[in-house]
Amino acid sequence: MEKHTHLPARLHDIRVRVEAYARAYGLDFYDTIFEVLGFDEINMVAAYGGFPNRYPHWRFGMDYERLSKGYEYGLSKIYEMVINNDPSYAYLLESNMDVDQKLVMAHVFGHVDFFKNNFMFRHTNRKMMDQMANHATRVRRYQDKLGVETVEDFIDRCLSVENLIDYQSPYVKRRADRGDEEEDPARKVAQGFKTEREYMREFINPPEFLQAQQKKLDEEAARKKKFPERPERDVLLFLLEHAPLQRWEHDVLSIVREEAYYFAPQGQTKIMNEGWATYWHSKIMTEKALDASEVVDYADHHSGTLATHPGQLNPYKLGVELWRDIEDRWNRGRFGKEFDECDSFVERRQWDKKLGLGREKIFEVRKHYNDVTFIDEFLNLEFVLEQRLFTYGYNDKHQRWEILEREFKKVKEKLLHMLTNFGQPTIAVEDGNFENRGELLLVHKHDGVDLKLDYARDTLRNVQTLWRRPVNLVSKVEGRGTLFHFDGKEHSDKRYDL
Amino acid sequence: MALKIKQDHARFRDIVRGRIKRNLKKYVQKGEMIGKKGKDFITIPVPTIDIPHFRYGERSQGGVGQGEGQPGDPLSPTDPQPGSGNAGQGEGQHVLEVDVSLEELADILGEELSLPRIQPKGKDRIVSTRIKYTGVAPSGPESLRHFKRTYKQALRRQIASGSYNWRKPVIVPVREDRRYRTWKEVPLPETNAVVIYMMDVSGSMGDEQKEIVRIESFWIDTWLRKHYKGLETRYVIHDAVAREVDRDTFFHTRESGGTMISSAYKLALEIIEADYAPSSWNVYPFHFSDGDNWSADDTKLCVDILQEKILPAVNLFCYGQVESPYGSGQFIKDLKESIGERENVALSEIPDKEGIYGSIKTFLGSGR
Repeated sequence: MEKHTHLPARLHDIRVRVEAYARAYGLDFYDTIFEVLGFDEINMVAAYGGFPNRYPHWRFGMDYERLSKGYEYGLSKIYEMVINNDPSYAYLLESNMDVDQKLVMAHVFGHVDFFKNNFMFRHTNRKMMDQMANHATRVRRYQDKLGVETVEDFIDRCLSVENLIDYQSPYVKRRADRGDEEEDPARKVAQGFKTEREYMREFINPPEFLQAQQKKLDEEAARKKKFPERPERDVLLFLLEHAPLQRWEHDVLSIVREEAYYFAPQGQTKIMNEGWATYWHSKIMTEKALDASEVVDYADHHSGTLATHPGQLNPYKLGVELWRDIEDRWNRGRFGKEFDECDSFVERRQWDKKLGLGREKIFEVRKHYNDVTFIDEFLNLEFVLEQRLFTYGYNDKHQRWEILEREFKKVKEKLLHMLTNFGQPTIAVEDGNFENRGELLLVHKHDGVDLKLDYARDTLRNVQTLWRRPVNLVSKVEGRGTLFHFDGKEHSDKRYDL
Repeated sequence: MALKIKQDHARFRDIVRGRIKRNLKKYVQKGEMIGKKGKDFITIPVPTIDIPHFRYGERSQGGVGQGEGQPGDPLSPTDPQPGSGNAGQGEGQHVLEVDVSLEELADILGEELSLPRIQPKGKDRIVSTRIKYTGVAPSGPESLRHFKRTYKQALRRQIASGSYNWRKPVIVPVREDRRYRTWKEVPLPETNAVVIYMMDVSGSMGDEQKEIVRIESFWIDTWLRKHYKGLETRYVIHDAVAREVDRDTFFHTRESGGTMISSAYKLALEIIEADYAPSSWNVYPFHFSDGDNWSADDTKLCVDILQEKILPAVNLFCYGQVESPYGSGQFIKDLKESIGERENVALSEIPDKEGIYGSIKTFLGSGR
């Protein structure tokens, strides 16, 4: 094992032990390379999103400043970092105690198991380490040629729309494959069913039926004429395909898009993933790896990870509790029709069929769910009560943030809303030739929450610089349909109903 | 090795300071972290730049939390909303602002006022030597034996000669293996500096005037400290007589009575002659007054002391005249007439707090 030599012998021994425990529990992970870094380096790598090499951009510097200030003043410290890659890379902080390193390794194996097996990560590039370095080189080359300022400004604009991708698109097929759809431009006429006998025609294809068929065909044709055919959620892809970008701009935008897609599943499985890793580090540490002398430090750091603050949802805490709840329910058979229909509180409490299916169930769940489906399926009334979850909001009258409700339905609804589409508004390209003037029309699918308007206008401005022609956004403001228009010089808005 | 990210970081700092990419300036948000320093809570400013996205308005959103409390209870104590603040939480909970480091402040000051770097005077004259260990040699005094290099040399020799046994890794250095540190004497330009602050504390100097002096001296201190490692400061107050005081007294004394500026200059001269030989020190006397001297005779005496004794000995003499409702402000005019032409003299009038900015520029803009 030549490549592990950079781990000091002491840590290497720990690693071998912890890895063996993890495998024995059935975790299935890529080969993992641990590297030991000083605080400055680990802050850098963390600012780069886990990668040692990224394209130059000031926002990494911003994250770096926050991390290093937090570290300098003793407020925060990065314990672990791991990236989804094959082999997977994980970083250990040099100054940590051995018990911490042990904990981190156990945690990391949990993450890597999740990366490898969860369906959300199936399409991600497992050689992202190389790809990121590749991106960095490309961007640097453009900067050398065109100037730092020019390229950076363009990246700023790309980042402004980076969230306008279709988070579901890797998992479904949105567009038909091209090729076999060449058709003649003439209007199709509905033929109805074939019939040999002339006298039967009226009965097999009555006029109403033919009319309906015709209408369908016409609609189809109309849709084809539309551009894009269906509203395109992957706005970046639409821009890449249709905006008049220069070649380097096209390349930079595609880099931003590719990285956004790479990071997306991590955001979409945050609760599950952190919960899963926490579940396993706690299991491995308490059942196997922990020495008696390390118990107090372990307990201290473990509880630090799981601490909750009002107004902040701790994904580690919520995740691990939910995993344990699932394991417990499937161990005791607290699921299915019979259990759901049981009304007796006492009986439900004591329900135990001794099925012992828990372990099997959680391994299955880690494969086929993401945060949204995870919460949707497994967050139940008892759990919400037990974990004391609540919703909060801003009270205009009292001028402060307040706890709003503890009702199960509301909590779950809010939580799912926060998680769906990353808690971001859903925006799609409706028309790439709006008003037949080559303008871009974006539509915000309003689900009860208004957009932050000043930001929306500024973002629209950035979209315009990519699209070059005027751009429009339809949304609702205080219940009224509104069209925001930016023509490259001025903003204007007017009432508009779709 | 400098980290790659330092470039990104420097660029970010530049944007925050508004030096480049001003179009992003409006997205800079003043974030903060709350930390603890000893007993006090401190806020650590963490600016962030928020690239605009399509996103929801914050207030209308809210979220899900975990913990105790009834519906209607506020989310405090870590209430994210300013204004509903932490007032009344009891004593000892002051939130101090940890600003940028002084080093950084000096940088900002320098950039804002486009101050030149100070050239310490007489680099050639003010020299001391320091011993620097620069290399390794096979001979030298035993006290400088380099243990690690000796060991390495011995190990190398033993491996090469095949006498190394990894089962029993004993290394025995012989005479030829020994390595010793060698040194060089490097000339080191001294950059010692002293600032002598003199302030008029006669009846006509009010609190506001002193405040101005305090602010200004803070900035001068910061700037000079950036350029001189061992900066010393001395404080002199005077009305009709002068005396040396500590920093605290300097800013908080209120005397009454007349003004004899010459007394302060005499004392300053004594300090310089006693402790700061001009050949090895960079000396900066700063004097603040409302410019209302006792008599024309005394003013003449001041000019004489300055011209003959003080000016030849110092890098820069600065006189700042703070406007006060009582003073006539004659002194600066007299100085201008007599020594205004000398190149190591900076004179400035400070009408109010706004004037500090310009005054610092006058004082430090000469780069001396």
